[in-house]
Amino acid sequence: MTQIVAATGNEAVANALRQVEPDVCAAYPITPQTELMQRFSSFVSDGKVKTELILVESEHSALSACIGAAAAGGRVATATSSQGLALMWEMLYIASGFRLPIVMAVVNRALSSPINIHCDHSDAMGARDSGWIQLWSENAQEAYDNTIQAFRVAEHMDIRLPVMICYDGFIISHSIERIEYLDDDVVKNFVGEYKPLYPLLDVDNPKSYGPLILPDLYMEVRRAHAEVYKNVAKVVLEVAEEFKKTSGRSYGLFESYRLDDAEIGIVILNSAAGTTKDVIDEYRDKGVKIGLLKPRLFRPFPYEEIGKALKHLKAVCVFDRADAFGGSFGPLYLDIATSLYHYRKKPVLINKIYGLGGRDYMPEHAEAVIEELIKIAKTGRVRSYKEYIGVRE
Amino acid sequence: MIGWKQIPPGMVILEAGSALKIKTGSWRAAYKPRWIEENCIQCLLCWLYCPDNAVKVEDGKRQDFDYEYCKGCGLCALECPGKKGNKAIVMEEEVR
Repeated sequence: MTQIVAATGNEAVANALRQVEPDVCAAYPITPQTELMQRFSSFVSDGKVKTELILVESEHSALSACIGAAAAGGRVATATSSQGLALMWEMLYIASGFRLPIVMAVVNRALSSPINIHCDHSDAMGARDSGWIQLWSENAQEAYDNTIQAFRVAEHMDIRLPVMICYDGFIISHSIERIEYLDDDVVKNFVGEYKPLYPLLDVDNPKSYGPLILPDLYMEVRRAHAEVYKNVAKVVLEVAEEFKKTSGRSYGLFESYRLDDAEIGIVILNSAAGTTKDVIDEYRDKGVKIGLLKPRLFRPFPYEEIGKALKHLKAVCVFDRADAFGGSFGPLYLDIATSLYHYRKKPVLINKIYGLGGRDYMPEHAEAVIEELIKIAKTGRVRSYKEYIGVRE
Repeated sequence: MIGWKQIPPGMVILEAGSALKIKTGSWRAAYKPRWIEENCIQCLLCWLYCPDNAVKVEDGKRQDFDYEYCKGCGLCALECPGKKGNKAIVMEEEVR
């Protein structure tokens, strides 16, 4: 029986971790993730889970301990934000290179400097090429659901890759929402018993992790690694289909909102998608054919599927909650542009940088962009391909 | 050499003891260790410290060096306690 509660995003993800009950969890506190692991460590202290909780001295150590525990043969989870994710940097690549199915909540927060504890996506975007699968979540319900599904995706024998579950710091992590929890035994059955692939603790079959690979073999190892990512989208959809049967809630590679008959569109990640959908409804009522695409599986990026979903539009704005300094456009824009590049007929594409360091994203921001898209669709003229919005001159 | 389709997940090496296929003795540059049996107390510290497979042990007893796996690092000579102040392993210049 489903339980309906009022809970924060962090509380919901902590509850998902309690229900999954990983073998090992190594974590270090960092705002706005702290509440998540604080709640999970209470479950450990209160004997609600048998998870081995390892308190470490940094995020570099946290992920190192997770890598060791996962290679040993355990189901492993952790969580972090911002500087913590940045400090994990070198270990991120090792976790994915070793093909270890570690699940990590990334509570999105701006990167220093200047130091700031509020939401933007620069932390997870900085790690987008580290070989981790990334599932992004609009609200606490999606963060909870994505956490449960992440274990199945990560641990699938065709994949065996680490997964990040991204959700917005404070906006989602600390705001109370209505959430539907699955029953404990339903979650336990859904994730199933953990099957290690090459456990080091299987001492009767000795093995070595992390060999030195020199120029005579390195290309082959990386080529084999690249192949694995082709399996991910299929497995994400299979797991989502099964999750729908269990929960009644549907997930895909991305969410399409009123997009099929649309002429203009917005692409936006995480919590700001909710605000944008409300504004889209207002414009739809006025007869404007506008829709939205919200990526869920951001890594590996489903280029073909997203290209097909957007190519019929006349004008699209991609919102980025992170800039790529010194690069051309925001990180989400670059992937959307690549998805559309091969089509002869494609929408005009503009990029807005918004919400950095927790700056509020308001309905009037969406309205101004929609007005701009209407003009572009009508005239074909573009005032600016990339600009910051919600910023004082 | 194998192609990319033969690469195991995570490049985990599933064959135990496969390092024996890499003979590191060719790396040795200037010095090689010499075992002096009469000074050896069979503590096996050299076997423990050797980063490769150069110290052979049979029936719990140290045998002579296997130079095919000796890089000449000198750790064994450094750690060797010897007998009454006389080292059982000394590094000597090697003429190739």
